[in-house]
This record gives sequence, C-alpha cells and structure tokens, in this order.
Amino acid sequence: MDYSQFLAMKQEIGLLVVFLLVFLYDLFAPRYAVAGTDKKAVKGISTLAVVLFAIFTAYGFCCSVTDSHALIFGKMYATTPVVVAIKNILNIGVLIVLIQSMTWNASEAQSTRRAEFYELLFITLFGMYLMISARHFLLFVIGLESASLPLAAMVAFDKNKYESHEAAIKYILTAVFSSAIFMLGLSFVYGLAGTLYFDGIAAAAVQDSGLLIVSMAFVMAGIGFKLSLVPFHLWTADVYQGAPTSVTSYLSVISKGATAFAFMVIMVQVFGQFYSAAWEWMLYALIIATITVGNLFAIRQRNMKRFLAFSSVSQAGYIMLGVIGANEMSLAAMMFYILVYIFSNLAAFGVIQAIENKTGILSMDSYRGLSKSNPRLAFAMMLAMFSLAGIPPFAGFFSKFFIFTGALNHGTTAMYVLVLIALINTIISLYYYLLVVKAMYITPGEPEIANFKSSCSERLALVITVGGIILLGIVSVVYNSILTLTSAPLA
Amino acid sequence: MFSNILIYFVIVPILMLGGLALCRNIKQIRAVAVAGSLVLIGLSTYLLVEYLGLRAAGETAPMLFTGSWTWFEALNIHLAVGVDGVSIAMLILTSVIIFAGSFASWKIDNPKAFFLWLILLSTGVYGFFISIDLFTMFMFYEVALIPMYLLIGVWGTGRKEYSAMKLTLMLMGGSAFLMLGLIGIYYNTNGAEHTWNLLEIVKNGVDKDWQMLLFPMTFVGFGVLGAMFPFHTWSPDGHACAPTAVSMLHAGVLMKLGGYGCFRVSMYLMPDAANELAWIFLILTGISVVYGAFSACVQTDLKYINAYSSVSHCGLVLFAILMINTTAMTGAVMQMLSHGLMTALFFALIGMIYGRTHTRDIREMGGLMKIMPYLAVCYVIAGFASLGLPGLSGFVAEMTIFVGSFQQGMGEYLAGGGALRLVFTIVACCSIVITAVYILRVVGKLLLGPVYDKHHLSLTDATWWERVATVTLIISVAAIGCFPNFFEGLIRDTFSTDTFEAVKMSVANITNAF
Repeated sequence: MDYSQFLAMKQEIGLLVVFLLVFLYDLFAPRYAVAGTDKKAVKGISTLAVVLFAIFTAYGFCCSVTDSHALIFGKMYATTPVVVAIKNILNIGVLIVLIQSMTWNASEAQSTRRAEFYELLFITLFGMYLMISARHFLLFVIGLESASLPLAAMVAFDKNKYESHEAAIKYILTAVFSSAIFMLGLSFVYGLAGTLYFDGIAAAAVQDSGLLIVSMAFVMAGIGFKLSLVPFHLWTADVYQGAPTSVTSYLSVISKGATAFAFMVIMVQVFGQFYSAAWEWMLYALIIATITVGNLFAIRQRNMKRFLAFSSVSQAGYIMLGVIGANEMSLAAMMFYILVYIFSNLAAFGVIQAIENKTGILSMDSYRGLSKSNPRLAFAMMLAMFSLAGIPPFAGFFSKFFIFTGALNHGTTAMYVLVLIALINTIISLYYYLLVVKAMYITPGEPEIANFKSSCSERLALVITVGGIILLGIVSVVYNSILTLTSAPLA
Repeated sequence: MFSNILIYFVIVPILMLGGLALCRNIKQIRAVAVAGSLVLIGLSTYLLVEYLGLRAAGETAPMLFTGSWTWFEALNIHLAVGVDGVSIAMLILTSVIIFAGSFASWKIDNPKAFFLWLILLSTGVYGFFISIDLFTMFMFYEVALIPMYLLIGVWGTGRKEYSAMKLTLMLMGGSAFLMLGLIGIYYNTNGAEHTWNLLEIVKNGVDKDWQMLLFPMTFVGFGVLGAMFPFHTWSPDGHACAPTAVSMLHAGVLMKLGGYGCFRVSMYLMPDAANELAWIFLILTGISVVYGAFSACVQTDLKYINAYSSVSHCGLVLFAILMINTTAMTGAVMQMLSHGLMTALFFALIGMIYGRTHTRDIREMGGLMKIMPYLAVCYVIAGFASLGLPGLSGFVAEMTIFVGSFQQGMGEYLAGGGALRLVFTIVACCSIVITAVYILRVVGKLLLGPVYDKHHLSLTDATWWERVATVTLIISVAAIGCFPNFFEGLIRDTFSTDTFEAVKMSVANITNAF
C-alpha cells in the first residue's frame, strides 16, 4: 500500500491531530474531586480546543492554495479544491460554534465531563469530512454514521433536563431509521449496478429501471432526514429545542451544510444521468414542501429554538435550490449560501445562547424591550434576522439572489415557477423574522431581560458573525473565489 | 471610482451614518443631519449645472456621468452609475425632502436611531436613482424599503405594528416579483453575454416572448410601491401611522421609486410588451386615480385623506407613463416632482398640526386659521398646489399629463386604435374635480369657520425650524409652477432619445383591448 496517499487527506489528519491533543489533555490534565471546582481545567480545555481548531482552520486555508486534486484509496476518497473549500467553510462555522460554546461548557453542569463535547464534535466533523470526500458508498456510510451517532450523545448533554433526553432518543431513532432506509436504497443500487462506486453506478447506466428510481427515492429520503427536508423533518423542532443550544447551532448549520454538499455530490455524480427524468421532480416537490411547510410552521413558534428549527427547515429548502440547479454557478451559490447561513444562523444562536446562559429565557415574548436593556444583543439579533430573511445590504440578500440566479440558469419555465414559490416564501419568512425584530424593538412594556454583560467569548463570536453578515456580501471576493473554484468540474 | 461625482450621492449618506453613530447629543445629531442634507442639495445642484452644461455642449448620450466598476465578475454584476434628466430631477427632489424632513423631525424621540434609519433609507433612495445596473438598483431599492418597518413601528402612532408589518410585507412582496423579473431580464436579453446594465439591455433588447411575462412582473413589482390599485392598501395605513418625516420621505420620495422604476425598467427595457400590455395597467391606474380621489373625500383623518390623495396622484404618474407619449411622460416626471414636494409639505403640516392639537380628525378641529395662521396658510398653499392652481407645481404637471394623454388618446382613436386611452384620459380628468372637493372640504372644516375646541386657542404657531421646513418646500413647489420650462427641458431629453422612440411605436396594438 502506498502510504503517501494519506498525505492527500491533509484536513482529516489535521482534525485527528486536534482531536488527539484535546483528548490527551483531557486524560492528563489534573482532575478535581469536588464537582464544580473543575472549572479551571474545563476552561483550559475549551481554550485549547478553540486555539487548536483556529490553527487548524487557518491550516485548512493553506491547503486550498496548493493544488489538491487526488483520488485515493482505490478511488474511494477524493479531494479537490472545491471539497477543500467546503471543508474550510464548515471549519469556520465550527470555530464559531466552539467559541460560542465556551461559556456554556464552563458552566456547573458541564464541569464533570470536560472535553467530551469537543471530542464528540470533532468525531462528527470527521464523519462529515468523509461524507463530503467519499466517492464510494461504503466510505459515505461510515462518514454518515460517525456524523450521526455521536451527535445523539451531544443532544443528550443536558443531563438534568428531561427534554434533552427526549430529544436524544428522537434523534437517534430517526437517525438510525433514516440510515436503514438509505442503506436499503443502496442495496437496491448495488443489485442493479453491481458496484457502489459513484462513477461505477453512473457508468452502469441502468436506464429506465423502476427499481433504480425507487432506490433513488430511498437514498433521497435517507439524506432528507439528515437535512430535515419536509416530510422528513418531524424530528427537527423537538431535537433543536431539547438539545443544548451549542449543539443545536452545530446541528443546524454544520451538519446541514455538510450533508447538503454531500447530497449534491451524490445527485450529480451518481444519479446525474437521470437528471431530467426523475430526481429533479422529486427534489422539486421536496423543495416546495420544505420551504412552505417550514415557513408556515415557524410563524406560530414562540420558543426561539423551535422557531429557528423551522426557519432552518425552510432554509434547507433554499439550499436545495442549489442542488436542483446542478451547474457550477448554483454549486457556488449553494456553497456561498451555506457560508452565509452559517454566519447568520450562528449570530442568532449566539444571542439566544448569551441570553439563555444568563437568564434561562428562551421565549420570544420575553425578548420584549431587548433593544432598550441590551441594545447590542438586540442589534446583532436584528442583523441576523435581516440576513436570514435576505435583506440587503446584508450577506443573506446576496446568497439568496445568487442561489435564485443559479437555479434560473436552467431557463425552464418550471424553474421560474419554483423560484417564484421560493420568493413568495421569502415574504412569509420575512414576516416571522420581523416578529423577532418587533418583539425586541417595537412591542411596548418593560424589558423582561435586565441589562447584563455577556462573556468575552460570546461577544467575540457575535463580533465575528455580525462582521461576516455585513461584509460577506458586499466584499465580492468571497463569492468570486468560490465561483472560480467551482468553475473547474466537480470531481 | 472616486472621480465620478455620482458615487458621492451614496458616500455622503454613508458618511452621515458614520457621523450620526458618533454623535453624543441632539445638537450634534441635528448638525450632522442638516449639514449632510445641505451637502446633498449642493451636490445635486452642482450635478444639475454640470449636466445642463454638457447637454448644451451637445452631448447626446442617453446617460451622462456614467461609470462602471466590476463587483461580481462571473455574474457580470457591476456597480454602474449614470444619470439623465429624470434621475437628476429625482435626486434634487430627494435632497430637498431630506433637508425639509430633518427640520420636521427636530424634536423626535430617540433622535440618533431615528436619523440613522432615515439616512439609511435615503442611502437606498439615492443609490437607486443613480444606478443603471439592475442588480445594484434592486439592492438599493430593498435597502430603502426595510428601514420603513422600524421607522413606522418604533416612532409611529396608532396601529403602528399592524401598519408597519403590512407595509413591509406588501412592498417586499412586490419586490419578490421584481427580483424574479430582473433575473428573467438578465437571462433573456439578446446578445452574447448576459448583462445587468440598463443601457446594454436596451441596446440588445429583451426576447419578445419573455417580455410578455417579465413586463407585468416588474411593472407590478414597482407598481406596488407606486400604490397602484389594487396593491395600494399599504399606503393609507402606512402613511397614517408613520411619523412626520417618514411620511414625508415615503410619500415624497419612496413612492417615486415605484414610478421611476416602472418606466426605467419596465417600459424602457421592454417596449414591445409595454405596447401590448399597457391597457391592463392603464385600467388599473385609471381606477387608482379616481378611486383614490373618491376615498379621500370620505376620510376624516387628515393623514388618510392625504394618503388616498397620494394614491390618486401617484396613480396619475403611472397612468401618464403608460400613455407612451413624450408629453405625457414628461408630465409624469413633473407630477412625481410636484407630488413629492406637495405631499411632503402636506405631511409636514399635518404632523405640525397634530403635534399641537393631538388629533388628526377634521371633525374635532376648526378655525385653525385664527389660531395658527402661518401653518394654515401653508396648508392652503399645499392644497392649491394639489388641486392644480396655476403658478404652483400641480397645475403644470397635470396639465402636461392630460394634454399628452389626450393627444395620444385622440390620435389613437382617430387612427382606429380603439378608444381606451381616450376614455381613460377623460375618466382620469374627473379626478381634478374630485381633488378640489376633498381639498376644499378639508380647508373649510379645518381652517375656516369658528374655533371648534376652546382648548385650541392656547396653541402656538410654527416654530422657526418648522418654518424652515415648510418654506423650503413651498419655494420648491412655486419654482416648478413658475419655471416649468426649465424642468420640462431637463426631463424631456430622456423621452426624446431614440430609446423611447422605440416605445412610442405603434398605436394600433391595443385595438382589441375593448
């Protein structure tokens, strides 16, 4: 075996190094017997994890500069500049999540298991890397499972909260169930094509087989669960609400972004030739259902985490517009959308988390008068809402505009109808995003949340996300460079 | 980039935003707002002089002061700017109204945030008027819309939460159609390369079949902001609940974005569809004109009266644009100017009266002429401008519109092209009479007659800053009324260029409309 192959997996190996260092520190750092006094060590681990990951993220960007085309391990694993770029985008998101989670991780409840959050998170991220890079379904499934199962443990992290356990059970059941469906689909595919290589399945060219369409539906359903596309979204709200907020934000942006990209790879590479025949229409229906249902359900939510859960369901629908576009422009738009979505959603979660850590409040009605008591938090939240709703000059506008432009590149009437439906839905979404702004800025009455000083890490994360929201769109370099990468063919 | 004068119309407001963010007290805020708006007035005057100079020197390009800087290269998105007479007129209008608006909101609560949003709004407006790239145009358009939500929601009165939400959702709903329409134009322009640039799209032309789809989409998208029937319902509620300066800016400038967009994007880029489909929108705008005027007759809230009158007047703008006749279209722009100034004056006065009497119901007021003669006289002037008294701006605008429309309608009828335009011109003409009814009704009830409420006797007349705001607007209204030739000359160029000759092609196309 040619061991130099490992050198192509720069990011995976880098992530493993980070994981191991955190793990070793956790093993050997002094442990205090009395609960609650372990805080110092926890802080040490948090800082270590964040710093290491920051270095790793920077390292990832260095990777993308060098030419990184490789197809290794018997063509199971591929890496290209685009793949490196999407991993970098996810890394940025993870870094922000890590910074945001520091305060929560230093809390009383967390202090008994200091590094578990980071370890589990790195494993899931590793799984997502494999999903993105996989060019064989075996590797893909390994990635999918290692991205799903540790997440269930993370969802259950709030051991004193009943909802957290409930959420974990729901999550693990749906995850396992969807994997089962996914693999059933795969077994059909294997039976038809005799191989599980992506290009092998495509090359087998099983034309007009009803069974292939069924198996494709199974595969889509399996991934649809991960992406929480309607009608596979039913777990989303409960899990998002029950999970600790750091985990929720990780689940809603990183997990979703990685899966969306992997989904696009599968759809284009494996089922590409059935494009107009079948999966476009399946996805078409899924997108309409996802955007519409997600939006309509979000309107009535009063709990901020449930609210963002449904908002993220509908956002997943918009991300899927990039998949259905299936050209380099919409691929770039999708990656840009994921990047912007990471920043916008994490800004919202950052505010929610800061408030939750301080007061435990999660209800939208209690945000009343936040603009008076905590103007900066309210401002950050407002920008996040505007960006999610796609209001210029914030980044969300650009990402929405580009994803629509990418989808319309097809030029078919059906696509115009789809984009029109999506656009009408942005108005519905604007309504509920404005409800949050209204609660913070307009609703009269004394503020329920007193003025407080959020911790350093929370503020840092908010500054990063708000800066991203303002700059990502206006500074065209980001989108242009992504588009330059994707203009090379998807390998 | 910075050698182009137009870019400063965006830079100055952004600098103002920065300045406002640093302000510590209300005096500094006022200073920044007034100084900034003076700079903007100066800038637009300078631009006007330069423009006229260039035109006098024989410059015939459709847009002057053009500049284009690449933004998103792969999508061919540029920050492209350029102006013609119409845009310059709009820039001057915006500057004047922002100046007056700053004085009208001299005593607003929480001034820092208020002015920040107000200036952000005006950044969007300026950006929209100077852009000739559809993408940046649309971006600035939306930038101008969203501050409205907070301005009305936070500083408004009455059912402000409802109105703010309704206004925002309806306008953004319009812009959703608009976005699709614009991307459609981008993809369906003839020529080798997709482009967002207005001038290039005009040169290459939009695919004929697609025009039929994209024209209504963009026209409705902008028409919502132009308060076209049946998409006007945000306007009365929104205006009634908005604070004074916001009403001024919204009715005075923001609604003009709709009219301007309708002709600059919908008509300018898609003349074929405009010819074919104009009849649909002629009917709708005709209804706007008359319906708005009638509704104003039965309202008792001053702001509602004025809001419905805006629906009527802005309907007239779109109506005139759809006439596809040089005179009528020139009149449309005159009407935009005239309506902008006069409605701003109205809303400023209503705000000042409301600030004193704490009611806007005309049944609870009377004889204000005795109590606050200055404001009352100003109100009468605004009213006269609105009902079209010669010497003031309304007359010039409406006269031009109706002459042009009648020309077009009669010509069409005689050429056997159907009587639609003629009939609707006559219908729309009726609105002049109805306007007189509601204006004189308000003047009679509100200003003349005995004092209704004895408590009102202790009220004071206008303060100096209120006088500055009103005088500025009155001078502008009178200037248009007295020197119509000047403004008409400025505007007419646009509609006499080759591009619009294409628009004014045939009259026979709507034969089967009736």
